[in-house]
Amino acid sequence: MKLSSSVFALLCLILEIVSIALFLRGFFPVPVKSSFSAKSKVTDIPAEPQTGNNAVNSSRAPALLFKRVVIVLIDALREDFVFSSDGRRFMPYTRHVVEKGSSHSFIAKARPPTVTMPRIKALTTGSIPGFIDVVMNLNSPVLLEDNLIWQAKSAGKRIIFYGDDTWVRLFPKHFMEQDGTTSFFVSDYTEVDNNVTRHLDSTLKRDDWDILILHYLGLDHIGHISGPHSSLIGPKLMEMDDIIKKIHASLISKESEGTLPNLLVVCGDHGMSETGSHGGSSEQEINTALVLISPAFRRKVGLERPAVVEQVDLAPTLALGLGLPISQNSVGRLIPAVFEELSMREQLRMLQINGHQLSQLLQDSNPVFHKEDGYEQFRVAEKAHGSWMKLYVDGNKSEVLSNMGKKVRKQYLDALKAMSSALSKQMGKYDLYSMIIAMTFILQVLFLLLLAMPEALSRDAVVDVPLASSLLSLPFYLLCLFGSALHVLVCTSAGGPCYLCSLPWVLVFSVILLSSAFTCALVGMAARRLPTSNKTPTKSSGWALSELDALLLTGTVFHTLSLGSSSFIEEEHQTWYFLLNTLCLAVFQDVCRRYFREQRQRGEEEDEGPLLPSASDAGLSFSPAMELGVSAGSEKWLALGTPLLTLTCCRLLRALNQTGVQWAHLPDFGHWLNSGDHKVFLSVLAAVSLLLILVLVQRHCSLVSKIALALGLLGVYSYRAAVGNVLFPWPHSSRQVSKGTVEARFVYVFVLGILFTGVKDLLRSQVMSSAVDSGRLKSRGLWEVYSGVVLLVALLFRAHNLPTLACCLLVQTIMAQFIWKKLHYDAAQTTIMHYWFGQAFFYFQGNSNNIGTVDISVGFVGLESYVEAPAIILTALSTYAGPLLWACHLLCYLSSQTDRVVNGLGHGSYCFALLRSIPAVFYVVLVTALRYHLFIWSVFSPKLLYEAMHTLITTVVCLFFTFMDQDRSTRP
Amino acid sequence: MWDVEIRGMASAHAIIASSIFMATVMPAALVNKFSVYGTHMVWLYCVAGSITVVNIAVFWLLGISPPTKKNTLSYKISRFFRSCLYFLLSCLFFHTVVVLYGAPLLESALETFSLAVLLSTLTTLRCLCILGPNVQAWIRVFSRDGAMSVWDTSLQITTGCSVIGAWLGAFPIPLDWDRPWQVWPISCTLGATIGFLTGLLAAPVWIHWHRKQLTYKLK
Repeated sequence: MKLSSSVFALLCLILEIVSIALFLRGFFPVPVKSSFSAKSKVTDIPAEPQTGNNAVNSSRAPALLFKRVVIVLIDALREDFVFSSDGRRFMPYTRHVVEKGSSHSFIAKARPPTVTMPRIKALTTGSIPGFIDVVMNLNSPVLLEDNLIWQAKSAGKRIIFYGDDTWVRLFPKHFMEQDGTTSFFVSDYTEVDNNVTRHLDSTLKRDDWDILILHYLGLDHIGHISGPHSSLIGPKLMEMDDIIKKIHASLISKESEGTLPNLLVVCGDHGMSETGSHGGSSEQEINTALVLISPAFRRKVGLERPAVVEQVDLAPTLALGLGLPISQNSVGRLIPAVFEELSMREQLRMLQINGHQLSQLLQDSNPVFHKEDGYEQFRVAEKAHGSWMKLYVDGNKSEVLSNMGKKVRKQYLDALKAMSSALSKQMGKYDLYSMIIAMTFILQVLFLLLLAMPEALSRDAVVDVPLASSLLSLPFYLLCLFGSALHVLVCTSAGGPCYLCSLPWVLVFSVILLSSAFTCALVGMAARRLPTSNKTPTKSSGWALSELDALLLTGTVFHTLSLGSSSFIEEEHQTWYFLLNTLCLAVFQDVCRRYFREQRQRGEEEDEGPLLPSASDAGLSFSPAMELGVSAGSEKWLALGTPLLTLTCCRLLRALNQTGVQWAHLPDFGHWLNSGDHKVFLSVLAAVSLLLILVLVQRHCSLVSKIALALGLLGVYSYRAAVGNVLFPWPHSSRQVSKGTVEARFVYVFVLGILFTGVKDLLRSQVMSSAVDSGRLKSRGLWEVYSGVVLLVALLFRAHNLPTLACCLLVQTIMAQFIWKKLHYDAAQTTIMHYWFGQAFFYFQGNSNNIGTVDISVGFVGLESYVEAPAIILTALSTYAGPLLWACHLLCYLSSQTDRVVNGLGHGSYCFALLRSIPAVFYVVLVTALRYHLFIWSVFSPKLLYEAMHTLITTVVCLFFTFMDQDRSTRP
Repeated sequence: MWDVEIRGMASAHAIIASSIFMATVMPAALVNKFSVYGTHMVWLYCVAGSITVVNIAVFWLLGISPPTKKNTLSYKISRFFRSCLYFLLSCLFFHTVVVLYGAPLLESALETFSLAVLLSTLTTLRCLCILGPNVQAWIRVFSRDGAMSVWDTSLQITTGCSVIGAWLGAFPIPLDWDRPWQVWPISCTLGATIGFLTGLLAAPVWIHWHRKQLTYKLK
């Protein structure tokens, strides 16, 4: 099957984006959520079964068990810090209470990601937060889900919090008193804890609170510094032990006869691996200590082996203990030991409430909930509970009643266990099968792209994919068979969730067919490539790289490899700025060499003594004598000045928006402009930028478009003035700030007008008879489309970012004029340079690899209210404006150079696809390998979303390339 | 003739390389609490100074410098001042480039300039020693196939290695390891120095290896 380069690239990208979508589906499991948006209410709690008349049991809420609760959350409190011999040495008081006191101790299993924020969410909501939750909530750190803290607050409990400020961000305005400590400086492990402890004495003396939460960070910090066996751990545990002792003593002294008992909860949010870090799923990281201390519990007689519970079980237990409704999405089940001192009626009631909540969640999240064992068991247990109640109300107090009660309790507990495990199976797990299938697909696409390189970049730009022959080969059928067998095997044995297995069979089979055909075609191409490379070794040695080519290749490889490090992902803009600067300097050196060498006329003795491996420079060997006559002195200096001007522009833009993580807090020019005092500067700068944009863009357009563009840019300024970003140059009557809807719509009209004119010109160029005229018209049409995009971007960009746009256009113009045309770079080189510039401008705009920097406000430009589709498109457009504009410019530039560069568009789109595929594929493989990394959801997952989005944008751009390339090939 | 020249170059490079090690070790005895990271500026200027002295001495002794046309004192003085001027200009040039690469403009300008001085010492100074203050000759050497002697080739290699070393040295800066050598500009200066040392080592080896292919045109 013969395909032109651009179609080939497009098909590859489409396959890639589909596989990435599949990968994302597997990587971000759909969280279990009940469909009700409201939070649990007391009235949702079911009535006790068979109570006859309602008057007997009017209060639906369970009785309050504890008066006060103190939660001491010690970050990274591994289970063996308390329960092993270390615990006896370093935490003597706690151990004493655990062994002899009235307490219950457990090993609470945390789910990965074992990182603080998801763990806090798990402890308070009882749900298991998936990665997608975390990513989706990056914009609003507030925990909106139903949770224990909210329930407690709305029940009128007074909560005090001291410790890690993650809590303060998750629960703003929930605490009566709070003091957040930032965990930013990991090397500090005393101050963070002193900040918490200093409030303790005064708080314990007071009586005006119901819940006290303390979150100690020091232990975790020590773990990060020197690991779990460090000598610092002991003193820190002793300090924690003292604190527990103090709190316990104070709680005991407060208790008097007749009041409800108090509860002290000591727990860890996650463990600590043998190296001291956390985030993964090793035993040491997920096993945390959980100790509940209260006089309500029976006194222990000796050391018992602590039972194993899930971390999420704490949330329903506390909720029931405090007489609150269990939060809606909780998958935990109550810890029965806590309630064993209650009467049988109360115990059953608690179990019933918990079971009801779980069965509700199961009904919501699982379409086939009837088939679940737990659901059926719960129905049976509830019935048995009803008959037990009947006996109880009748006043039966015999042995029969208590035996039956025990049986019902056991039934309930089994049901809870089954339901809880069914629910938690659905979440918190990677769908590894989908991920691996997507990964194989995407790797196949990459290899196909790489194997096709010599053909795709040849003069014909035609790639021959041996698809037809592979469809008839035996390996294809064998692979199909093998693939189907594998699929059946995986789907029948898989325990976890699996997206591919839930797809219809027809679809899965077509996927298997496609994949096998692909593999066969790949092998066929590789086989074809192999003998030719062996046959002509002389040719490969003649294929030399210039310094620029070497730089472009090294840069691509460097950037791809740098994605393996979380710091380099956070600071990816530095990589691009660095590479771009080097590129400009290399171009500068090329320009120097060209102009100074021509001066010295040493061109003809080229083949003598090649010192550097690069023998022939494509730029020099191309240069015809005619060009020499044209080049005037001024042009030389302009050409020399271009890279320098570009460098200066880049340096200034770099100071405009400070992004990344490490240096993001530094003051930048953008903040200075936006600070209100400098509105005049901002206005002048915006006006000058808009003027520059007009001057630079209008050159290639028709008169109508020029006027439309000018009016549109005026509209942009008045929109910014109406919104209040810049000053009105004319006296303005109404002082209040409007939404600027009218102005924005005014600009939209012109954008649509210009785009329409451009498309009209493009269509007209198809039917023109003369090739020259049609070429000119086509070029003009493209430029008009381009200027329409520029106008739209100008409207969407914030006022202080308008210089970025102006500089982008300036650099494009001068580089095209003096560098790319004059130095005869081929299409591939130009494409790579465009891609690098696009990436750098993505960060110049102020973007980063954090979801938080996406400017969502552009979704409202010109709209009265939030409308989903346009908002998403506008946001994507403004976020990816840099890469998009450079890609559009590449399209315009290459199609205007068709006489010089044969098949430039095909080469361009192929290079674009390849440049996007290499990092994307590498990243997908990397993320799969690092899925238990500490920073997987804070650094790697957002970047994965950015990569996916960028690939999508590139696919759209490649589609346009293919369109433009197609009508070249259809024309004679 | 080849072997003699290459051997001479190797010994000259060995002397220069050892001067760098001396400059790293010696100040420890003289300066209080000297360390490469802690008192980085002292180390940097020690290295730059020793390289300057040793370079000038070695090349003057070897007589590599191009033959001067006039042997008058005033010509020599003007040559000297032109060399100084070129050195200063190259410092400013490197400073500008480093700032364009993203070094802060005002903050830690001294550190940036010191890096520029070190880079100039590693590159421009050798050019001045071997080629003299003659821009045309510099352009010739650094344009493709412009080398006309073994020394030109070694100059190309050491200069390239130093610049690439400094370039590579900038890569670890964004990593959040909080190591003392990640402080600006230590990684770059270390990179440049290591690159220069590699160049010194590589140049004779490379020339020896390629001595069959290398044919130099004479003027």
